[in-house]
Amino acid sequence: MKSSVIIFPGSNCDRDMDVALKKFGFENQMVWHNDTDIPKSDLIVLPGGFSYGDYLRCGSIAGKSRIIKSVIDFANSGGLVLGICNGFQILTETGLLPGILQQNKYLNFICKNVFVKIKNKENKYFKNIKKEVLELHIAHNEGNYFCSNDELKSIEDNDQIAVTYCDHKGNDDEINNPNGALKNIAGVFSKNKNILGMMPHPERMIDPFLSGEDGSLFFKNLIEN
Amino acid sequence: MVEVNEKIAIEHGLKKDEYKKICDLLKRTPNITELGVFSAMWNEHCSYKSSRIHLKKLHTKGNKVIQGPGENAGVVDIEDGDAIVFKIESHNHPSFIEPYQGAATGVGGIMRDVFTMGARPIANLNSIHFGSPDHEKTRNLLRGVVKGIGGYGNCIGVPTIAGQTCFDESYNGNILVNAMTLGLVNKNKIFYSKAAGINKPVIYVGSKTGRDGIHGASMASAIFDDKIEEKKPTVQVGDPFTEKLLLEACLELMAGKSIISIQDMGAAGLTSSSIEMASKGDLGIEINLSKVPCREEKMTPYEIMLSESQERMLIVLEEGKENEAKKIFDKWNLDFAVIGKTTNTKNIELFFENIKVAEIPIDFLAENAPMYDRKWVKATLPKENNFSKDLFKSLNLSDCLNKILIDPNIADKEWIWDQYDHTVMGDTIQKPGGNAGVVRVHGTKKAVAAAVDSSATYCYAHPLTGGKQVVCESWRNMISVGAKPIAITNCLNFGNPEKEKNMGEFVECVKGITEASKYLNYPVVSGNVSFYNETKDKGIKPTPSIGGIGLLSDYKKMLTMELKNEGNYLLIIGKTEGHLDQSIFARNIFSNFNGPPPEINLFNEKQNGMCILNLKKDNLLESCHDVSLGGILTAIAKMSVKSDKGVKLFPIDGLVNKFEYFFGEDQGRYIIEIKAENLEKLENKLKKDSIHYDKLGMVESDKITYGNDLKISIDDIKEGYKKWLKEYMVN
Repeated sequence: MKSSVIIFPGSNCDRDMDVALKKFGFENQMVWHNDTDIPKSDLIVLPGGFSYGDYLRCGSIAGKSRIIKSVIDFANSGGLVLGICNGFQILTETGLLPGILQQNKYLNFICKNVFVKIKNKENKYFKNIKKEVLELHIAHNEGNYFCSNDELKSIEDNDQIAVTYCDHKGNDDEINNPNGALKNIAGVFSKNKNILGMMPHPERMIDPFLSGEDGSLFFKNLIEN
Repeated sequence: MVEVNEKIAIEHGLKKDEYKKICDLLKRTPNITELGVFSAMWNEHCSYKSSRIHLKKLHTKGNKVIQGPGENAGVVDIEDGDAIVFKIESHNHPSFIEPYQGAATGVGGIMRDVFTMGARPIANLNSIHFGSPDHEKTRNLLRGVVKGIGGYGNCIGVPTIAGQTCFDESYNGNILVNAMTLGLVNKNKIFYSKAAGINKPVIYVGSKTGRDGIHGASMASAIFDDKIEEKKPTVQVGDPFTEKLLLEACLELMAGKSIISIQDMGAAGLTSSSIEMASKGDLGIEINLSKVPCREEKMTPYEIMLSESQERMLIVLEEGKENEAKKIFDKWNLDFAVIGKTTNTKNIELFFENIKVAEIPIDFLAENAPMYDRKWVKATLPKENNFSKDLFKSLNLSDCLNKILIDPNIADKEWIWDQYDHTVMGDTIQKPGGNAGVVRVHGTKKAVAAAVDSSATYCYAHPLTGGKQVVCESWRNMISVGAKPIAITNCLNFGNPEKEKNMGEFVECVKGITEASKYLNYPVVSGNVSFYNETKDKGIKPTPSIGGIGLLSDYKKMLTMELKNEGNYLLIIGKTEGHLDQSIFARNIFSNFNGPPPEINLFNEKQNGMCILNLKKDNLLESCHDVSLGGILTAIAKMSVKSDKGVKLFPIDGLVNKFEYFFGEDQGRYIIEIKAENLEKLENKLKKDSIHYDKLGMVESDKITYGNDLKISIDDIKEGYKKWLKEYMVN
């Protein structure tokens, strides 16, 4: 499978994503934000970081960058688009995903391991993952997911909630909500489930010597589907 | 234009005789721009005028040292063609005035020092010291500093892997913010600041120059008074996004062959960077200040030369490479301007709007900068306390332990490091909160360990011993993750060097550092000095911070402090003599602040450290933790909390009582965990090598016990230890 990682000025998880994708067999290439075309890909990834310094609002300038039109076209034609952390923020800024990401409830940057519950496996991202709960890693200041009541109803009705923060047993209640996200939402899909945005970083969990290995399950599933 | 006179010189922080020396050297009165340049180059921060004479004595050589002090950062060999560039630097004064920006630009500055040499930063660390938790400013300063460090490092995408936070009332009016960065470089692709060749283009890249930070370096060498708020404009403002672009652009340019020398614009901005490059190359330099990209209107030559705007670099390029270089900086949307050239005059010549506005021989600014052999007094070793037996009668171990675990200097610092991205770059294999942070050397089997230490209490009680101790502690941190210690960087934070006592503290701490680093072959390769940490006549305790690095040839064999399995034995390597003077125990339980610090025996230190590395090599160690503040029981509690496992302690025998044994802060000790089946083999080895050890206990399920004297569950320990800082910050 071929993948492309977009580098915006200020992206800082681009290399980590490249390493992870290649480790699990993707043929990955890096694409510069100022380009207009994306080479033929099965998956486009918007990596974490602070695109354009996150000035104005996280992801907002990247949402208007030159490359983004090609990303939107690719997504609208059904291609797989994955946004991690800042990538998730960019996807909400482009309107490809519903909702917004506000500053964390306790106003601090949070870097730690969290558990997330997989809410929907009928999609390419989680299809054959046997576990119900994954241990992943978050590192963000603006991961507090929010959307209007109508939007919430719509994403619930369409099974667009991808993952929610929970404990190791899968209890996705308020105690296990690290950043104040609405309904503990850690990641959402587009209606067609071809676009996924999530705050946790699977690419930081691909090796037993790192914070954990559940990220490996994510990438293995992705390449196999 | 302002007429320069003695009064104006003094306002610039120069002394009367220094001003006279300037006039004598120039054989005329300097103009205001020239005076500004002199004041920047001759202040303590840039000239090291009080410390130079002593720093020369540091132990700086070793077979792993590629570059010692004197460059932007030190460089050491980590084999296979790889090298680590690293340095620690203070940003104390600005952080007290404006904690967020002060700390942020401290991190930005030290990262620039590292990538200026061609290295990609792979880890950040910091050592931060605050006043008493009860002091009205402490909470906000701590919050601001932590946010500043995180705000900068997180954005750049370099993990903050370890650090140290201390509280002591001597920092009430002068907090310390010391930032350290490690970078990875190919040892044949290191860039230096020494310019070479004449008529080579001098290039300015990065952010535009503004009026921020003018006289920042002079401010950093001044004593604070009631009017410090007025100094806010001297604090620089950081832009980590631009720094990230600058980092990528510089590394891209460095991949080619067009750079002759490169220097970041740190303290004293364009002044010190241009002079340093020319001085090292024994050249002159000509700068057209009208070409410097400015962010504000009508900036004067004086302001342009003294601005400390961040995220700027000065580069001497090969002729004809300008366009190639410009393309790279255009790509990253950064300013690029040819602002001058190297010359053979050995002068710095500044032009503005086609008029020569300054001309000074470079050696007046560099080699001829003042150097003082200041008076100092030697400290005497304080008398021992000899605590009477009665004092211990009413005590019990668990009360003492609980009290010690919520001492602000012991309590868990997760609230801090949770705010630092410590996992970006995907190579952090030991996170903050352990003996040391460890990152893999990307794509190899190797890993680099790093830690920062300081022991102001010990240094204050006896500077010579304290200086030795802090180097040993750093060495132990490396050993206890299984890394071979390589080298250190030091940040020497002291009070007013014009006071004999403060100067004495400096001289003797440096002597202690030198003795220990020489004995342990743990050389100093970089660092900085921060004097005048004094507010209204009250100075800080002498606080040398030591940043150490070590190498693991196989990261899979790294040691951690988490207890592994029930039934395993715990041993302590090194002798426990129950030294309570200057300990956390004496402070918290006896409210006693007197006596000598624990003695340092360098022979034992080395012996015990090498012993641990040998045991590791034989795969005998399950976990390891060095014993420091709070002694054995505190160390055990920390190991237990990290692993949710308990320890059954064995009865002690010997001449000391249980409080002395469990809370004494004797040096050179490690707690190790081993499998029961390896006990005999291990004991034989230790006996053969004449290593002192005690059998300490056995790993148990969920509590720490010592006969009937102590029974405390891990959950109860966490209650205080894990929560103290979080609760303090909410209140």
